[in-house]
Amino acid sequence: MRLLTHNMLSSNIKGVSNGFPLRLEVEKFIEKEVEFNADFLRNMFPKIEWKALVDAAKTLGYADLPEEADPSLLDSDDFLKKYHHALLELHVEEGVLICPETGRKFPVNKGVPNMLLHEDEGFWRL
Amino acid sequence: MPSRPEFLAPPEFFYNEQEARKYTTSSRIIDIQAKLTERALELLALPDDGVPRLLLDIGCGSGLSGESLSESGNQWIGLDISQSMLDIALEREVDGDLLLADMGQGLGLRPGVFDGAISISAVQWLCNADKASNEPRLRLKAFFVSLYRCLARGARAVLQLYHENEAQLELITTSAMRAGFAGGVVVDYPHSTRAKKTFLVLTCGPPSISTSIPKAKGEDGESCSDESSDEENQTVGFSDRHRPRKKQKIHKKGKGRDWVLKKKEQMRKKGYAVPRDTKYTGRKRKARF
Repeated sequence: MRLLTHNMLSSNIKGVSNGFPLRLEVEKFIEKEVEFNADFLRNMFPKIEWKALVDAAKTLGYADLPEEADPSLLDSDDFLKKYHHALLELHVEEGVLICPETGRKFPVNKGVPNMLLHEDEGFWRL
Repeated sequence: MPSRPEFLAPPEFFYNEQEARKYTTSSRIIDIQAKLTERALELLALPDDGVPRLLLDIGCGSGLSGESLSESGNQWIGLDISQSMLDIALEREVDGDLLLADMGQGLGLRPGVFDGAISISAVQWLCNADKASNEPRLRLKAFFVSLYRCLARGARAVLQLYHENEAQLELITTSAMRAGFAGGVVVDYPHSTRAKKTFLVLTCGPPSISTSIPKAKGEDGESCSDESSDEENQTVGFSDRHRPRKKQKIHKKGKGRDWVLKKKEQMRKKGYAVPRDTKYTGRKRKARF
C-alpha cells in the first residue's frame, strides 16, 4: 500500500463521523522506484490531505517533507521529488491501520489492507 | 456450461484459489477483460491531455483490468472481496494498490478524490443475498452513495455488468440515480447474445451536456470481430421488447408427396394398417374445395 492509498482511505464503520486519517502502525515497509510524473503530482496535489501525508511519511521514517505545503511549491523540482517519493515510492507491507474514532484495527498483509467490516459494523443506513 | 457464478456461491467463496487461478490463466477471459476495460476507459472519456489520473477499479480481481489501466498510463487503486484473487494480483505484481473490501458495505474512501471509476463484471454481485444480513437494496445504496462521494465532481463511473434480467438492471440503475448520479445504460452489440455487453455510464453531478450518454457500439450494423456476419439487419434498440421478432416459419408448399410416402412407409414398418399408395396419395386438392 502506497501512502497515496493511505491518504484516500477512511474508516466507514457505522456511526463514525470522521474516519480520516487512519493511524498507521508499520511493521515492515519497502521502497519501490516508480516513474516520476510531475503532471500527476500536480493534478493530485489539491486532493491530498497534506498533513496526513506528512504524518504517514514520518511513521515510515521519512521526514523530508515540509510541514506546510501550498501550490506555489509545485514548481520546485526538489519539492516534487520528495513529494513523489513519499506519495508513490513508500509501500507499507505489513502493519495496521487504526480507525481514529473507534480504535478498530484494519490489518495490512502483504501490502493489502483488509477493510472488510464485521456485520455489526457495516451498512450505513443513510 | 455452468449457470451464472452468482448462483453458485458468494464472491469471496466462489473465487477461491482454484477459481482465481483458472480465471487468470484463461486466455479467453484475459482477452475479454482487456477489451472490456479498454471500452470502459473509452466510455470514461477522461480528458486527453496526457496527465495520469487516479482511477478506482471496483472488483479488480486479479488485476486483469488494472493492467489495461496501467497501460493507459493512469494510476489506480483496486478493491476486491476475494483474498485469493488479490493474492494472484500480488503475484502478478500489478502497478496499482489493492484493498480487500466489500463494495456493498460502502467504500471507505475520502470524498471527491477519484477522477473516475471503472468496474468490470462485478456490480451484479451486489444483488446477491447470500447472508441474512445482505439486503441487496441496502448494499446497492451503500455502494452507489459512497461511490458518488468519493468521485470528483463531473467524474464518471463506468460499470460493466452481467445482469440476470431487466428487473435487476433496473434495480441497479434506479439505485444509482437515487444516489445522485446522472447517466444511463449503454448496450454494445444489443442483438448478439455473446458479444452483448452492458455498461452503466454514470456521471457525478447534475445533468449537463457532458453527462449525455455515449453511443453504444454495434447498434447500427457494425459488428465486433468474433461475431458472425449473419446479423445484418441490426437496428437501434435496448430491451428485448424492441428486438425485431424472428420471422415465423411459413411452409407455403406444405409437406408434399415425398413426405407423405415416407411417413406411410414408416407406419407400415411399425405394423399399422396403412392405405396403399395410389396416384391420389399426397395430391393437392383442387382450389374449389
